[in-house]
Amino acid sequence: MPDQLLFGTEVFLNGLMAGVLYALVALGFVLIYKASGIFNYAQGVMALFAALTLVGIMDGQVPFAHLINAVFGTEVHHFGWNIPSFLAIILTMGVMVALAWIVQQLIFRHLVNQEPIILFMATIGLAYFMEGFGDIMWGSDIKKLDVGIPQGMNALIDEVTYGAFGYGFFIDNLDIVAAVIATILVILLVLFSQYTKQGRAMRAVADDHQAALSVGISLNFIWVMVWSVAGFVALVAGIMWGAKSGVQFSLSLIALKALPVLMLGGFTSIPGAIVGGLIIGVGEKMFEFLIGPMVGGATENWFAYVLALLFLVFRPQGLFGEKIIERV
Amino acid sequence: MSENKNEGYVTADGRKIGGTLMEMKNITLRFGGVKAITDISFDIKEGEIRAIIGPNGAGKSSMLNVISGFYVPQEGEVWYKGARRPSMKPYEVARQGIARTFQNIALFEGMTVLDNVMTGRLNHMKANMAQQAIWKGAAEKEEVANREVVEKVIDFLEIQSIRKTPVARLPYGLKKRVELARALAAEPSLLLLDEPMAGMNVEEKEDMSRFILDVNDEFGTTIALIEHDMGVVMDLSDRVVVMDYGKKIGDGTPDEVRNNQDVIDAYLGVSHD
Repeated sequence: MPDQLLFGTEVFLNGLMAGVLYALVALGFVLIYKASGIFNYAQGVMALFAALTLVGIMDGQVPFAHLINAVFGTEVHHFGWNIPSFLAIILTMGVMVALAWIVQQLIFRHLVNQEPIILFMATIGLAYFMEGFGDIMWGSDIKKLDVGIPQGMNALIDEVTYGAFGYGFFIDNLDIVAAVIATILVILLVLFSQYTKQGRAMRAVADDHQAALSVGISLNFIWVMVWSVAGFVALVAGIMWGAKSGVQFSLSLIALKALPVLMLGGFTSIPGAIVGGLIIGVGEKMFEFLIGPMVGGATENWFAYVLALLFLVFRPQGLFGEKIIERV
Repeated sequence: MSENKNEGYVTADGRKIGGTLMEMKNITLRFGGVKAITDISFDIKEGEIRAIIGPNGAGKSSMLNVISGFYVPQEGEVWYKGARRPSMKPYEVARQGIARTFQNIALFEGMTVLDNVMTGRLNHMKANMAQQAIWKGAAEKEEVANREVVEKVIDFLEIQSIRKTPVARLPYGLKKRVELARALAAEPSLLLLDEPMAGMNVEEKEDMSRFILDVNDEFGTTIALIEHDMGVVMDLSDRVVVMDYGKKIGDGTPDEVRNNQDVIDAYLGVSHD
């Protein structure tokens, strides 16, 4: 195979891997949107918050340390223990469920039957609040997240491809793990929403509140559940992105990359979020590889948004979104 | 009809009606300063078809919403199965075995007919989440049992041909029938129908009447319904409550009600003083 083609294939594969990470973030959006009709602007910040909490718990950081020290003149920073990552992940999940419950009790319980735009505004408020709250709780310095996921070039793939084509492919171990975990996550989510009682109730609530109540579904319970699941997805996304690029404020901006993914895949489709993520991931890498050199590069910054714009014009419901059927 | 409230009676067509299933005692419902229902009492007996009729704005739907827990009355007591019912959320009422349909149809439009009817079985599913997800153990047995009930209902209401169709694509009359199917799937002790025949043509009305009678006959379901069409109501129901301006103006068999002067006035129109 010619070198260019091999290099292209490698770019393609890396694009797929990046796409998986985009899809992970987009999934969180789709879940909440499907179940409650809320476009959750805070999803990215939730991923950041989850990652911050995870690092904090693992390192035995004292929550609100700066605040406590400033108010009481103490010098506490760490409890002095380290918690194994598996246990810390479970504890963080507990925090995300508690967060879901608080969000439901304090905000969305009072906004039942409000316009979607009002719910959306509430999530913007939530995003800003959590951004600040995360900082106060865990500090704003850049943290390293190491939960034991292998990183760096996968030697096996490099060797095999070198043996076969005389050109070793560079694929990051972290990306491979992310892809596997994302696949498992999606299978779990599909099983959950299609086959369990709670999943069916969740779809029912998304469709019609009144009808859901009349068959005995508690709206409050379903919403806490949905926010918890979104918190779980945020945690997984937070771990993957945090391990890749460190836990810092910019982590919350991955939400912006999820927007074009959603426009491509449709806001209501789980498979759509996956395929949308892959298309954006592969698309922006291949575009940079093929067209980039002709236009001076840096196309990765805008490619996804332009693609999303084209979709908005020609296919607003996305690739897999529900076509709006209206009887008049 | 028996004088003792807790005893049943035998209808004109020879069906035996049981004791009191639900009793509304002195219900008053206000929206701000507006009284939607004023001091109304009536009972629903096991196995009967009970109708609530009245002109527009009489408070019939409000009454149904009180029974199903969507509205909480300011005064009065709701007694169900011999016990006073505390103030409840609609979903809790549904879990007690009271199913309902809506005047303006509330279906899950994005789901198929089958999925819609299956939601009626949600309260009959007890297996845990993991079992359900992998379809093993208790979940498998349960799902089979639930599907049997659902298939029976689908069969009964003659909607086999549309079972895989998304509800949004169905015409109005069929949607009404799917809504009835979902309520029936819950195997309710009390079935509330809010204008089951509103907006239907004569043929559809005849079908719906037949279904309501058959449901009562076959499953022994107690039914409370609201309807505008006087002819239909008189043919269907065993006993009728008549409301006007939020007050009860008549209660009895269709014949008794038909000859009640207050009722005649309310429907034909005399000046209210």
